[in-house]
Amino acid sequence: MAKAKRNSEFIIERDKEKCVKCQACVRVCANNVHSFDAGGDTVSSDPLLCVGCHFCEDICPTGALRISRNISDIKANANWSRETVRSITKQAETGGILLTGMGSDVHLKDYFRHIILNAAQVTNPSIDPLREPMELKTFIGSKPGKVEYGFNIAGGRKKYFLKTSLPPQLMLETPIMFSAMSFGSVSLNTLRSIAQAAAEYGTYWNTGEGGLPEELKPFANRAIVQVASGRFGVDIDYLESGAAVEIKIGQGAKPGIGGHLPGEKVSGQISRTRMIPEGTDALSPAPHHDIYSIEDLRQLIYALKEAVCYRKPVGVKIAAVHNVAAIVSGIVRAGADYVAIDGIRGGTGAAPTVIRDNVGIPIELAIAVVDQRLREEGIRHQASVIAAGGFRSSADVIKAIALGADAVYIGTAALVALGCHICQKCYTGKCNWGIATQDPYLTRRLNPEIGARRAFNLLRAWSVEIKEMLGGMGINAIESLRGNREQLRAVGLDEKEREILGIKHAGETW
Amino acid sequence: MQGKHGEMNKTSKKNMKPRRIVLREEYCIGCRLCEVHCITQHSMSRNIIKAYRGTEPRPESGIYFEESGPVSFALQCRHCDDPPCLYSCLTGALYRDRKSGQVLYNKDKCVGCWMCIMSCPLGAIKPDFKNQRAGSKCDLCLEAEFPACVANCPNEAIILLDENGQRMLKNDD
Repeated sequence: MAKAKRNSEFIIERDKEKCVKCQACVRVCANNVHSFDAGGDTVSSDPLLCVGCHFCEDICPTGALRISRNISDIKANANWSRETVRSITKQAETGGILLTGMGSDVHLKDYFRHIILNAAQVTNPSIDPLREPMELKTFIGSKPGKVEYGFNIAGGRKKYFLKTSLPPQLMLETPIMFSAMSFGSVSLNTLRSIAQAAAEYGTYWNTGEGGLPEELKPFANRAIVQVASGRFGVDIDYLESGAAVEIKIGQGAKPGIGGHLPGEKVSGQISRTRMIPEGTDALSPAPHHDIYSIEDLRQLIYALKEAVCYRKPVGVKIAAVHNVAAIVSGIVRAGADYVAIDGIRGGTGAAPTVIRDNVGIPIELAIAVVDQRLREEGIRHQASVIAAGGFRSSADVIKAIALGADAVYIGTAALVALGCHICQKCYTGKCNWGIATQDPYLTRRLNPEIGARRAFNLLRAWSVEIKEMLGGMGINAIESLRGNREQLRAVGLDEKEREILGIKHAGETW
Repeated sequence: MQGKHGEMNKTSKKNMKPRRIVLREEYCIGCRLCEVHCITQHSMSRNIIKAYRGTEPRPESGIYFEESGPVSFALQCRHCDDPPCLYSCLTGALYRDRKSGQVLYNKDKCVGCWMCIMSCPLGAIKPDFKNQRAGSKCDLCLEAEFPACVANCPNEAIILLDENGQRMLKNDD
C-alpha cells in the first residue's frame, strides 16, 4: 500500500572507484543492507534496511562507504516535523507503542552547557596536577554525623580509642562509575569489558537487574549488585559477592515503567544468571510489589543489610521526577547508604519513545535540589548522592560534583567507548557492534580485551581532565569541590533556574 | 628423510626468528579482511585498490577463511617444527628458511604435484587450479614488522606471539 511507504532514513554512498568488492560489508551487516550479486559482480545496498550504525563504514578496508542522513524532507512545518510524520506513519502501520533505545534525543535545555566553571587568578594560586598531588579518591556510603572517642588510663597514660565506627564504604579512585546495564540488555563481552576496566581502574561497575554471570565472578568485588522489581538472579551468594547492593526503583529513560526482555534473548546463559526458564520473557514489574511506601522501602533496605551483615553499603536508585528532593529525603531516612538519581537523558536498551522523551527531569536540577534539601534537613552526610543520566564529558562530571553529587554513573559514554554509534536500535537485538545483542554472530564482535582497554582509557582520560580543571580552580581534592557551587556560574539561565540550581549568574562576584 | 630434515630443523631452530600467529576463533567476526590484507601485502604495489582493481596480477591469499555457523576463523600455515609438506615436496619448492626458521614456498620450483596439499594435516595449503601449482601459503610477512593479517584484524582475533609465548603488541595497542 502506497500510504505505508517510508523513505529511507539514510543514504549509503559507495565509491565505485574505491570499492574492491571484498564483501566485508555484506558479511558484517546484521540488517542485511549490503548484498553481492556474483553474476553481475556487483555489491549493492538497500538503504531502507540501514539503521545508521556505521559498522560497515568502519570495517570497509578502503573507506569506500559513506553513510549519511537522508535529507530528503517533507515540506517545512514547525509543528509537523519529519520525525513526527515518520512516527505517525509507523504507528499507522503497526498500531503499537513506538520503541527506542539509548537516552532521549529531543532538544531539552542542556543545563550543563549553561553552567561554567571558575579558575584561580592572582588572589589564589592555580595548581599544576602534573607536578603536585591531586586527589580524586571518593568514598560512597553513609558518613557518621560526629566522631566520638574515649580513653583508658593504663599505667598512668591516657590511651585514646575511637568510639564511632564507620559504616561500610566504597572506595573509588575517580568519581566515575559504570552505570547499571543488565546481562540480557547487553552482551556478556560488554559487561566483561566494563567490569575489567572498573576493576583495573579502582572504581565500580553495576550488574544491572540481570544477575551476576558466572564468568564475571572474578570482578564481583568491584560490582554493585542490583535488586530490581523482577528480582532476577537474586540469592544470598549474589548479595554477598558484590561490593554493594542497589535497590532499583526506577530508571531515567523510563520512570514508572518496568522492563521486558523478550524470550528470544533469554538464552541458556541468561536463564541461568537470571534464574528463570530458558526462552521465557523476563518481565520486570513497574513497581516493586513489596514497596508501596518509604516504610516498605526501609524494610527491604534493612532486609538486605541484614543479609549482608551490615558489611556492604545498600543504596537505592530512582529516576529524577518532580518530587525528587522529598523522595530522596525519605530514602535517606529509610537507611540507604547512597542514592543514585537518574535524569531524563539516561539511557536504556528499550523504552517507549513517548516515555523516554517526556517523563522525568534533567539531572542537573535534580542534583541541585536533592543536595540542597538534604543539607537543609541536616542529613546530607547520611548518604552519598550518585548522579546518572547523559554524562557526556569530564566537564559534565565536574559540574555535577560541584552541584552536589558525590560521584556519577556513566553508561552511554562507556558504550560509545566500546564502539556504539548511538543508532538507537538496541531493542532490536541486532547490534552490529556486539553490545546490545545476544546473537552469537554479533556478540563476538566485541573483544573484551579491546573493550576493557578502551573503557579504562575513557576513565583515565576523564580523570586527567578533571584533575586539570580542579587544578585550574586552585583545588587539590575533589572533596573540596563537592557541593561547592561558588565555583559555578550560569550563563543565560533565568532567575528561577539559577535559584533551583543554587548558582549565581556569570559576572556576579562571591 | 629423518636424518636430513632433522638436522635442518636443528640448525633452523637455533636461528629461528620466533613468531607465531595465533587464531582466536571466539573473536573472529568473519569479515575476511585478513584475506584482503594478505593479498594486498603480497601484491606488487602493496596498495589495496591497485591490487584489486589495477592491472597487476592479484596474488592468492595465504590465509584461508573457514566458517560454520557463528564460528569462524582464518587458518594459515602453522610453520610446523616437523612439517609434513616440506618432507613430501619433491622439488624443494617448500623449504625451511634458515634465517627465519619458517617454512617458505618458492612457486618457481613447484611442479604442481600437490603432495604438500595431500600431506598438510591442517589444510593450510590450497591448490592453485589456474596455474596447476600449490597455492600461495603464509610466509608470516617476514619483511614487515607485523604480519598483515595481525596488523589489520579489526577485533584482534589474530595475534602474534613471541618466542616466550608472549603477545606482541603494536605501539598503538
